[in-house]
Amino acid sequence: MKIVVAMRQIADLVEELEVDASGADIDREFVKFVSNEWDEAALEEALCLKEAHGGEVVVVGVDDVDFDQTLFGALAKGADRAVKLDCGFEGWMPTAVRAEILARWLREESFDLVLTGVQAADDLDGQLAGVLGARLGLPHAAVVVGLEPDGSGFKVTQELGGGVTLTSHATGPLVLGIQAARQAPRYVPISRIRQAMSAGGIEVVEVEAPSARAPKVTRLFAPEAKGRAEMLGDKPSEVAARIVELIRAKGVSVS
Amino acid sequence: MAENDVVVIAERVVGGHPDVTFELLGKAKEIASALGGEVHCLVVGSPEGHECLGASDHLHLVEGEHLWPYNPHAWESAVSALLTQIKPRLVLASTGTVGIDLCGALAAQSGSMLASYVVDLSVEGSTLMAVAQLYGGKLMAECDLGDGPAFVTAIPGSFASQATRVDGVANATSHAHEAAEVRMRHVALTEPEKTGVDITSEELLVSVGRGIGSQSNIDLAQELAEVLGAGLSASRPVIDQGWLPKAHQVGKSGKKVKPKIYLALGISGAPEHLEGMRQAELIIACNTDATAPIFEVAHYGTTADLFDLVPEILDLIGG
Repeated sequence: MKIVVAMRQIADLVEELEVDASGADIDREFVKFVSNEWDEAALEEALCLKEAHGGEVVVVGVDDVDFDQTLFGALAKGADRAVKLDCGFEGWMPTAVRAEILARWLREESFDLVLTGVQAADDLDGQLAGVLGARLGLPHAAVVVGLEPDGSGFKVTQELGGGVTLTSHATGPLVLGIQAARQAPRYVPISRIRQAMSAGGIEVVEVEAPSARAPKVTRLFAPEAKGRAEMLGDKPSEVAARIVELIRAKGVSVS
Repeated sequence: MAENDVVVIAERVVGGHPDVTFELLGKAKEIASALGGEVHCLVVGSPEGHECLGASDHLHLVEGEHLWPYNPHAWESAVSALLTQIKPRLVLASTGTVGIDLCGALAAQSGSMLASYVVDLSVEGSTLMAVAQLYGGKLMAECDLGDGPAFVTAIPGSFASQATRVDGVANATSHAHEAAEVRMRHVALTEPEKTGVDITSEELLVSVGRGIGSQSNIDLAQELAEVLGAGLSASRPVIDQGWLPKAHQVGKSGKKVKPKIYLALGISGAPEHLEGMRQAELIIACNTDATAPIFEVAHYGTTADLFDLVPEILDLIGG
């Protein structure tokens, strides 16, 4: 079984995001970029499948700020190959462009599964799995929380909301947007990442950035503070007293 | 004129039609009116309960093998076939599983524009303008979708719903769909397990998010919940990490809760989480990031560290 995991970088949401001078993108110069957390879940699921059933895990993505870190991290966790598609693109990349770059590369590869994160925090023009599935002409499913080989295909479980899940049997190859892996993404010690870095091993493929139809962002802005919370300060003892007062005032009995 | 028509994909997969379908019908009527078009609603699989979708000008009931229960591959084929006939200007769905499954693929196949996470939509001249919520709700993107065909997936709760719950369908058409090739087949639809944990019945919920940091820290929140006589709930990252069972999850893929008090500890407030708790009577949020979106829905907030705050509350209440 050959599993391709499509991964990407995303602005670290823990950091404050500022809008750049164009007013239509985040200021990428000062933002830290990290691996998309849902892609990490996709990688974890791929590694678990490989450990349980054998096979090969290939990680691929379009080059971006600090993407090598993500690829070396994946190799250190147990991926067999890491491929960086370099097209010299800078700024916000629409899903339609990313999907076409990946599709062109994937058409030259054989695979049974393509796993990627269910979403990314800036995928304004759609989530990758569906767009990529359509470009490759393959069945696809999003919000996947369960995956098992099943005869000649795979058993795929999706969340439908409100705790309802749907399990389907799909004949591969297929493209899946992973919501959660069967276990939390594994931790890999920095020493193993360093080993992966010193071993090198990232394959770099030069590609062209295609054009694609995508929404034109005219303005990026912080949401208006409509119902902004009344702030209670940050001194723990005072805040605690206010919270207890609020709870009691609401008529909820506390012991 | 069909090229100005608006299509709503009804996303009923179990139970009744979800609120979001009515929200989308309301927005569809507004956009169709501005464009001079009409509203179509597509009901795929089972026609059950379609009578309340009377707000649409045209109701399309699509039935066929593999379309019920929900099957992403078969639905895509059925919706694609119907859209080829209708040739609408705009297709609306939600940014939920069905909308994500269908819209990215259908937009890619037809070369149409697509905007996700949309919270507002309007027509300016012949152009569709959308506002989308990005970066976990930290930033909004106003965007131009041009004057050609477009797909939009909206965040549930963005538009009003009640006015469009209209009984009586004047113009319903039945369609039989036969997929050329079905590569996904139904195995099982599973409703949530009854575990004995019912966070929807609690008056007070202590809810933890990613900020709780580790499984061992859950004990601190558990202790607070016990001392307050509250239920313990969590946002998705805590459940995905396996730190609490699924029955404790609040949000789109978990439960919708309306307690008297919702004490959010270390929860940033991703749109999917807010969808499940914004109707709580009183929301108190604790997050060290002063820009966290949770403070937009909370009534009271603090940037104190939860690991300093919780012991203080325990001290006060006699923990």
